This record gives sequence, structure tokens and C-alpha cells, in this order.
Amino acid sequence: MSSQLTADDSLSPADPKTNMAPPPATRARLGRNFGAARGSGPRNNRETSLAGRLVVTIVLGCFALYFLVPIWWLLVAASKPMGEQFSAPGFWFNGMHLGSNVGELLTSRDGIFMRWILNSIFYAGVGAIVGTLLASMAGYALAKYRFRGREVVFGVVLAAVLIPKILFTLPLYLMFSEVGLINNPLAVILPSIVSPFGVYLSRVFAAQSVPDEIIEAARIDGVGEVGIYFRIGLRMMTPVLVTIFLFNFVEIWNNYLLPAMVINDSSLQPVTVGLVSWFASNGKVPMSLVVIGALVSIIPLLLLFLFLQRFWKAGLTAGALK
Amino acid sequence: MSVVTPTRATIPKPRGNGRQARTAALLLAPFAVIFLGMYLAPLCFAVYRSLFVLKRDGLGLTAPTLVFDPFTNYLKAFTDPVFIESLGRVLLFGVVQVPIMLALATGLALLIDSRSARAKGFFRLTSFLPYAVPGVIAALMWSFLYSGTSSPINALLAPLGIEIPFLGEDMVLWSVANIVTWGWTGYNMIIIYAALQSIPGEILEAAKIDGASAWNIAWNIKIPMVRPALILTAVFSIIGTAQLYNEPKVLQSVSGGSIDSAFTPLMAAQAATAAQNYPYAAATSVILAVLVGILSITFFKITNRGSDA
Repeated sequence: MSSQLTADDSLSPADPKTNMAPPPATRARLGRNFGAARGSGPRNNRETSLAGRLVVTIVLGCFALYFLVPIWWLLVAASKPMGEQFSAPGFWFNGMHLGSNVGELLTSRDGIFMRWILNSIFYAGVGAIVGTLLASMAGYALAKYRFRGREVVFGVVLAAVLIPKILFTLPLYLMFSEVGLINNPLAVILPSIVSPFGVYLSRVFAAQSVPDEIIEAARIDGVGEVGIYFRIGLRMMTPVLVTIFLFNFVEIWNNYLLPAMVINDSSLQPVTVGLVSWFASNGKVPMSLVVIGALVSIIPLLLLFLFLQRFWKAGLTAGALK
Repeated sequence: MSVVTPTRATIPKPRGNGRQARTAALLLAPFAVIFLGMYLAPLCFAVYRSLFVLKRDGLGLTAPTLVFDPFTNYLKAFTDPVFIESLGRVLLFGVVQVPIMLALATGLALLIDSRSARAKGFFRLTSFLPYAVPGVIAALMWSFLYSGTSSPINALLAPLGIEIPFLGEDMVLWSVANIVTWGWTGYNMIIIYAALQSIPGEILEAAKIDGASAWNIAWNIKIPMVRPALILTAVFSIIGTAQLYNEPKVLQSVSGGSIDSAFTPLMAAQAATAAQNYPYAAATSVILAVLVGILSITFFKITNRGSDA
């Protein structure tokens, strides 16, 4: 769905107070002006009633159930004997055949599924790394240099954040088919490396956490301007770079319409497009394979996400301590 | 990497605006080039394409030719009942789904933020988990749960004599809404939760000393104080609605016709592209981009005014 802007409300780049909330990680890392969080947790035990804790836990448990049930079903179904993915009971195991099922998934149809996963890793990896680098350069330049047109550039970037990327997909398709980029991996990668949101985050972060004094000191030491960016700016911006990388990676990995439009060659498709083509194949590919493939396809992101969660959490608590 | 300029060493601060501007341009250039190529160029190209009309001769013996005719495609889109209906459908979807999702996200954030909550980390993690599942994969999963023949949800409900026709004509829009809600509630919750965390402790302490109940604190202090985060999530959820595509597209093949190829505006535009009607597809794409742009900027301005006051 939407990209994750959390923009400076006022649209004015000079305005240091951000009324709108940047995403949690950045918000916390951005530092002091976001206020201190308060204490919570076990030491407040005596202030809360048992009944209150029980009710809250039950309601939270219902939410957790809602969020976990589809993933649980997928895990259970993918573990049933091959071909019996939709057998009753729906939400409970019928033997454990996950290993052999995954084995069959990876070998069926000349191992095309593994190919899709690797394609996804390639598109998301390359797109996210290059996109993060370009965004950080642009954001750093907007934060640390005064030049004419700076405000205009930043305004355009903000406007781009406000119009979701997916709406550019069909125009991109029309353009790519005109210049013969259809079925070329570049048609997926080039649009993916534009991250206006990343530029926005980089600018806010660089403005707050790369001190002018250090840049001055480097200038006195005779370091060139571009060298200062690579040696100092990039290093000091690492936390926000990780955040941008993860956002970009998730966005590219989850993208469907763009690769579905511009890549027809099955061996070049990412896993989202490949799986949906199996799903919509009218039974040419057994639905059982789609179920197992769906489970396998979300594992890389879940792993990355658990890793990401640490960053988000670290960001939240770091901000709270200041 | 460094560009050492010894003559400058005695004048540490770059003097002229010129040098600053040059470095800034150098750092901005790679992003700017790709941005222009991947955002502005396709949009301009789509506008250009939309000004022409495909003319076929009566017998269809020769290839269709393009004729300059700037209004026809736009007129056609705005009088096309299918396209208008798809716009109305996502409008209805947004009016119902966005408030429900944000109410759930706010409630969830308040609960996890409350003093009575335990295992906060676990509940934050599980709520945010669906964000890691690609939209089309989430739709695949739910389509199996919705399935008319083997829905495990209906299997559970069967003893109660209930069977929900998830993919039926009247239900399917809300089945799609459920997938979107499932995927994005946790994401919105995290934004609202972060805002809750930054409310100064003294304010809540003071309210407590004054004898305010937890309910009162939540309703009268916490929610007003996270208003900017609520507005932000609302704006982006509304924009998200306008680009509804992945979930209905995946469900389409199993919907038994309750989802047609022009279920949402974006699906309609994509269908026109697939039918090789590029000029019309370009026109609908331009209309969508302009509508969403106006919507976004209007909301941005309104929220701006609200917070300045």
C-alpha cells in the first residue's frame, strides 16, 4: 500500500520542528526533541488491578490470534502430506512433511522456484543498496549545503513521497516498451532505486546528527567535500541507512505490479510474480505447491524482519533514554 | 575518494556559494537523474500518449493508427461506467475500511502502551508481522482461508450452522478489506505507539494524581496528543486505498466472477494496458495520479492548518 512518509508537516525544509511523526526507529534516533518516554513495566504492578491486566491480556491475545492465524494455517497446511494441503482439520497438523514438501517444491519444474527466490534477493538487494546510497547522498547534500533551489528540490522530493510509486507503474511500462526494456532486469531495478522517502529521512537525520563542526574540522584537515561525505557523513548516518535499506528491501521484495508488467520471462521473475502465476494457472500447477511456496517465500522477509525488529526496538529505547 | 585541494587548506570554509553548489550538485546528481527518468519521464510520456486515439478501420484489416485527439480518452474515462464504478467502489472501501483499521490500530497501541499490558514485545512483534508478508502472498493465504470448497474458517463455523460466502458478490469487497486490515493495522499501530511513547511522563503522572481513570487518560490526553500521528496514518491509508490492486487481483482468479477485471481503478487501467489500448490506459493512469496527488496535497494542507492553529 502506501509508502511510509512521515513528513515534516509544514513542507518547509527550514522548519526544524517535525510535527508529524517519523517512523519509530528514526524518530527515536533523531534524538532529544521527541521527548522522554516514561517508565512502564513490572514496577507498576501494584498500580494495576489483576482484572485490568486480565482483560487487557485477553484483548491483546485476540489481536495476536488474528494476526497469526493465516500464517499458522500456512505452516500447518504446508506440513501436511503432499496433495492434502486442504484436508481437515484446517488448523491442525496431519503429520510433519514440511521437509519433503519443500524438497519437492525446490525440484519441481526444473527448480524454477529457487530461481524466483534468488531473483527476488537480487532485485531487492541491488535496488535497496543502490537506492540507499543515492538517497543518502541527496539527503546529505540537502541538509549540509546551502544552494539556490534547495527548497524547490526538497519540495519536489516531498511531493514524490506523497504520490505512491505504484501509480507510475503503467506509465513506466508504456515507456519501457517504447525503448525496448521489457524483459530486462533493469526495468525492475531502475525504478526501485528511487527512494524519495529515503532522501527525506536522510536529510532530517543528517541535519541532526552530522555536526557542522566535524565537517569544518575535516575541511581544515584538507579533506575534500566528497571525501567528507564518504568518510564522515556516510559513517555517521549508518543507523538511518539501515532503516532506509530495510524499507527499500521490503518494498522491492513485496512489489508485484511492476515486475508482473515488465518481466514476462518466467526465469527472470521475482517470487511474488512467479507464485501468483502458479496460483492463477487454473490447476496446471497443483495448489499444494502454491501453499508450500507461499510459506517458503515469506521466510526470508520474516528473518530480515526479526533482524529489523531489533533495530526498531533499539531505536525506540535509545530515544527514550535521551 | 577524497578530493584534496591544498590551496584551500588555509581557507577552510568554502567561500563561494559556487563550490558549495557544485558539491551539492555532484551529490544530488545520481538521485536526480534516476528520479527524472523514472518519475517525471514516464508521467510526461503517459500524458503524451493519452492525447492520441487508436483509430481502427472498419474491417480491422490494417494496423490501427494513432490520431491526435487530446480529449477523447479523458472523456471516455469519465463517461465509462466501469471506470466510474471502480472509483466509487474504492471510495466506499476507503470510507469503511480506513476508520475501522485506524480504530483497531489506535486501540491496539493504547493497550500495548497501557500499564496493564504484559509481554508488550511479543504483542508488538505479532502485530507487525503481517507487514513482512508481501500483499500478494497475504492475498494468496487468505484466498485459501476464504475458499468456497475448503475454507477452514467455515469448517470451524459449520457446527454452528454458519457459512460465510467470503467470495460472494456482496461480501468480496469486505473480504478484500479484511486482507488490507490484516496487513496494515500493525504498521499503523507502530506509528501511533511511537507517538504515545513520546508523551511526557509528567503529564500522565499529573492526570493520575488528579484522579483521572485510565480510560479518561486515554481518551482525553493520549488520543489528542497523538493527533498528528493519527492524521498521518489516515492520509496514508486513504492514499493506499486509491492504489488498491494486489489483493483483488489475486482473488480475482478464484472469485468466480465477483471480482471483474475493472474492480478497482488501477485494475481497470491495467486491463486497458493488457488489451493493448495504450492511449486509454495512459489517460486512466494520468487521471489516477492527478486524483491521488490532489487528495494528498489537500490533506497535507488541511493537517498543516490544523497544527498551526
